[in-house]
Amino acid sequence: MMQDEPLFAASGLSKSYGTHVGCRDVSFDLWPGEVLGIVGESGSGKSTLLNCISGQLEPSEGDVLYRTQDEGMKSTQAMTEPELRKLRRTEWAFVHQNPRDGLRLSVSAGGNVGERLMAIGARHYGDIRNSASEWLERVEISTARIDDRPSTFSGGMQQRLQIARNLVTHPRLIFMDEPTGGLDVSVQARLLDLLRSLVRELGLSAIIVTHDLAVVRLLADRLMVMRGGSVVEQGLTDQVLDDPQHPYTQLLVSSVLMP
Amino acid sequence: MIHVENVSKTFTLHNQNSAVIEVVSRANLAVQSGECVALTGVSGSGKSTLMRMIYGNYLAASGQITVGGVDVVHASPREIIALRRHTLGYVSQFLRVVPRVSTLDVVAEPLLRVGTPETQAHERASDLLARLRIPEALWQLSPLTFSGGEQQRVNIARGFAHHFPVLLVDEPTASLDGTNRDTVLALIEEAKARGAAILGIFHDAAARERVCDREIDVSGFKAP
Amino acid sequence: MSTLVREHYNFAYLDEHTKRMIRRALLKGVAIPGYQVPFASREMPMPYGWGTGGVQVSAACMVPDDRVKVIDQGADDTTNAISIRKFFERTAGVALTERTAEATLIQTRHRIPEHPLSEGQILVYQVPIPEPLRFLEPRETETRKMHALSEYGLMHVKLYEDISQHGEIATSYAYPAEVNGRHVFDPSPIPKFDNPKLDNAPALQLFGAGREQRIYAVPPYTRVRSLDFEDYPFVAARAEHQCALCGALHTYLDEVIIDDEGGRMFVCSDTDYCNERQQANQETGNDAG
Repeated sequence: MMQDEPLFAASGLSKSYGTHVGCRDVSFDLWPGEVLGIVGESGSGKSTLLNCISGQLEPSEGDVLYRTQDEGMKSTQAMTEPELRKLRRTEWAFVHQNPRDGLRLSVSAGGNVGERLMAIGARHYGDIRNSASEWLERVEISTARIDDRPSTFSGGMQQRLQIARNLVTHPRLIFMDEPTGGLDVSVQARLLDLLRSLVRELGLSAIIVTHDLAVVRLLADRLMVMRGGSVVEQGLTDQVLDDPQHPYTQLLVSSVLMP
Repeated sequence: MIHVENVSKTFTLHNQNSAVIEVVSRANLAVQSGECVALTGVSGSGKSTLMRMIYGNYLAASGQITVGGVDVVHASPREIIALRRHTLGYVSQFLRVVPRVSTLDVVAEPLLRVGTPETQAHERASDLLARLRIPEALWQLSPLTFSGGEQQRVNIARGFAHHFPVLLVDEPTASLDGTNRDTVLALIEEAKARGAAILGIFHDAAARERVCDREIDVSGFKAP
Repeated sequence: MSTLVREHYNFAYLDEHTKRMIRRALLKGVAIPGYQVPFASREMPMPYGWGTGGVQVSAACMVPDDRVKVIDQGADDTTNAISIRKFFERTAGVALTERTAEATLIQTRHRIPEHPLSEGQILVYQVPIPEPLRFLEPRETETRKMHALSEYGLMHVKLYEDISQHGEIATSYAYPAEVNGRHVFDPSPIPKFDNPKLDNAPALQLFGAGREQRIYAVPPYTRVRSLDFEDYPFVAARAEHQCALCGALHTYLDEVIIDDEGGRMFVCSDTDYCNERQQANQETGNDAG
């Protein structure tokens, strides 16, 4: 009943900047349809890890593997740059904390959503526009706004647009860096709900980096707790949050009002 | 369906001088299909802790827990997730849901997760909500805006939506009025009748009397 | 060659080392059609934006036997065209002409002559911004990578924006095109009406951007395909009027204001072509065609 090969795996991943350690000896597997949360405070190495596994940063040691459609599990270091870039705009997606980093602010909402389609060769304006409308609806942005620039959108709308822009090519794996950071609580809830249903409907795998334990409780199946570049504890999300074993995790959980 | 052998649980409070608290010690129990077993014992005796270990929410310190053939203590997270999705349901006392999601969707979600078509899942959810007397006018609202009693009934509806072969229920009838209490007990009886193994905590003695086949006193699982 | 030239300037102003450097860049550009070759652009005795790139390319190609024509927006008699023509007259002493058919080397700003070019002719374009992807991607490192990997989806985002905002591809000049099935390039700010003339042309087409220090080329008989959408195909648009002077219905027209009441007329932007037609019309006693 279970697929016995992961979609994505990291093994012994380390990244150091001279003597400074970004992350150290991180290993995990991610299966199709699974959501992995990575938590830790600022400087814990979670962003470095995310950049290493999403191919934006070369790890100093270790390996990142992805199950490609044609060749099975393949090391991302063994991939050529064009292969990796193609992966990043087709089967992978990256949602930035600040939507301004993930959107083209001078391009209309429809153009933002259509870009990935055009990047993989879509050349029919009507089709591209229909896909864009469909995805705007899906992330609850009125299609009347399709020709408006994202600079006229609220923060929550921009974030939803960024998600639509990423999901339009039906990726299999989505990386998210503090996706709800900087949003109002009510807007966060709406986004969480959206992400949850999209993950379920599309069978997406996701890796979410956040410092917000409430976010991972609602979204992540599994949790990794990082501190000082290392993973101090990992396991089932509710188990790690409700019965933390490591002193640091206990401190983290007890520092939150309502995890 | 549930086997618990020699299970112990300690909490180490690292931030309080590494104090070690032993909550459950050498627990043994088994629940068969079609059977409902009540955990008894005074408050603080470890009933909830035991339930949470069986659910995989707490890590057992030692011993063995098997649910539907899965070794819960040593299973990988994804094995636990699959177990919870298909086999093991948990009706807790508290509703924990994403804000803004409608009550109907909250109840239908366990069905959608196992691949039930949306219309069918919503039918089943509507049916349960109607039986538990949640006014239809509320179904499209988030249950987080409801009263405590209503939230509890939504939680029960969610717990019983998918026909789990193994069910853990924590105080399902607490603070419910007579009619709703009857409905919940009827749901438990129906689950038993279709062969579910049920382990529960019931403070309500009459309810326990009605649905449970036997009782296990948890106080016996405590280190002397 | 006049005394002035011999006494004060090397032939065509640039020293021979510089010309050799530019010729190397040109050869590379011809070898990889549409690829932007970096070159060490020199300071020229004219400001940037006045055709310094084109002038350097022309100077590197020029031989004493050349007959040179310079146009600006199609016209031989505008300030920019006249100063560049005088520059070459003085520094190279070459023959000058206004006739497209007679010229061996034509330097142009913003137009391709109407008269079909022929084998052996060189057309040198002045280019302000050589990078077609610059509109959406400000990083040079990234645009170079995009060219290297043929990642041209972004070009269509620009065209998508045009259609969504104007109902059609409103880009009317500097219209991006794909050269030889490989590189997407900016044909300099020529009207898109001229884009079809780039395709499979018998002449050698060279592009020079002085400030941006880039040279690129479209060798003779190279496929140049203007980008478009399946449902919004490329259209070589022109004003739907007739030239008021020669009556042409097939040329690119300039709109000219003729009085303070807002009166206007349309005339061929290619002055040489228009004159040629006017003369022919007089000879045949015909005033339209």
